[in-house]
Amino acid sequence: MQIQVNGNPMELPDDATVAVLIDQLELSGKRLAVEVNEDIVPRSQHTEFSLSDGDRVEVVHAIGGG
Amino acid sequence: MSESSQRPLPEDRPLEIAGRVYNSRLLVGTGKYRDMTETGHAIEASGAEIVTFAVRRTNLGQNPDEPNLLDVVSPDRYTMLPNTAGCYTAKDAVRTCKLARELLDGHDLVKLEVLGEEKTLYPNMTETLVAAEELIRDGFRVMVYCSDDPLLAKRLEEMGCIAIMPLGAPIGSGLGIQNRYNIRLIAENANVPVLVDAGVGTASDATLAMELGCDGVLMNTAIALAQDPIRMAKAMRLAIESGRDAYLAGRMPKKLYASASSPIDGTFF
Repeated sequence: MQIQVNGNPMELPDDATVAVLIDQLELSGKRLAVEVNEDIVPRSQHTEFSLSDGDRVEVVHAIGGG
Repeated sequence: MSESSQRPLPEDRPLEIAGRVYNSRLLVGTGKYRDMTETGHAIEASGAEIVTFAVRRTNLGQNPDEPNLLDVVSPDRYTMLPNTAGCYTAKDAVRTCKLARELLDGHDLVKLEVLGEEKTLYPNMTETLVAAEELIRDGFRVMVYCSDDPLLAKRLEEMGCIAIMPLGAPIGSGLGIQNRYNIRLIAENANVPVLVDAGVGTASDATLAMELGCDGVLMNTAIALAQDPIRMAKAMRLAIESGRDAYLAGRMPKKLYASASSPIDGTFF
């Protein structure tokens, strides 16, 4: 299936979870937050939450700002 | 009894935000520094206990070992204040706050700012009111960046915002407090902390905010873009303390003409 991650297309195996996605992005263990189709997916659900074809995923982190 | 001693002195109340008392009345941003090391050192020198940051997309596949802001500025040591900088609609601001809450494991203190246009980054107050209402309903504790309109400031307080943060001048302009009358009115009328957010350029601007009766000042560019940010951070710490003490001390009344400091009695000429 194909999903959008931070605006870029990405191929993932069908039914991949958010945890699988984070692992593929080599972001495991980083401080980040994930939104799927504009809804938060809490950290506690990353291993259960299955992504679907066409999902729009945002992966965000803290950066310097005022 | 002198004229000044007849006026009641302001009460020295500690700065309390979301149930926590802070020693420092200086809040700082984390943008525009040369690198993370300088960010860390400047914050240290500022004495700030509340630090604001932005939420942005993680760079995918680039610099995986780039230091994370939250590793340099630890939430264990500082009260982290995520902001909604860059948001032009209530919807985007609310989304950003929800992501920030997830990022900080449920920490619900946020700095709401909804901008109106790029040239001045002036706050869009109608969108700010909509976002504030939604965030408060959702359990966020909202510190709100706003215009220096005393009536809107009061309205935000009545809605339940826990701190009112009027701009002194446009974000990043360094112009200093442009409407001291309004800032003073807002500070005088508020029952929640009032912090000047944006517009400070140098130490005297921060001192003035405190002399006007503000409870604190939030700044970023004035420190980050100083030629020596760490020294400026220290200057700002002292400026805030000076201004606060001057406010509490109750300044002398202004006079139009001179009044000699040395006695006339005993002159021999």
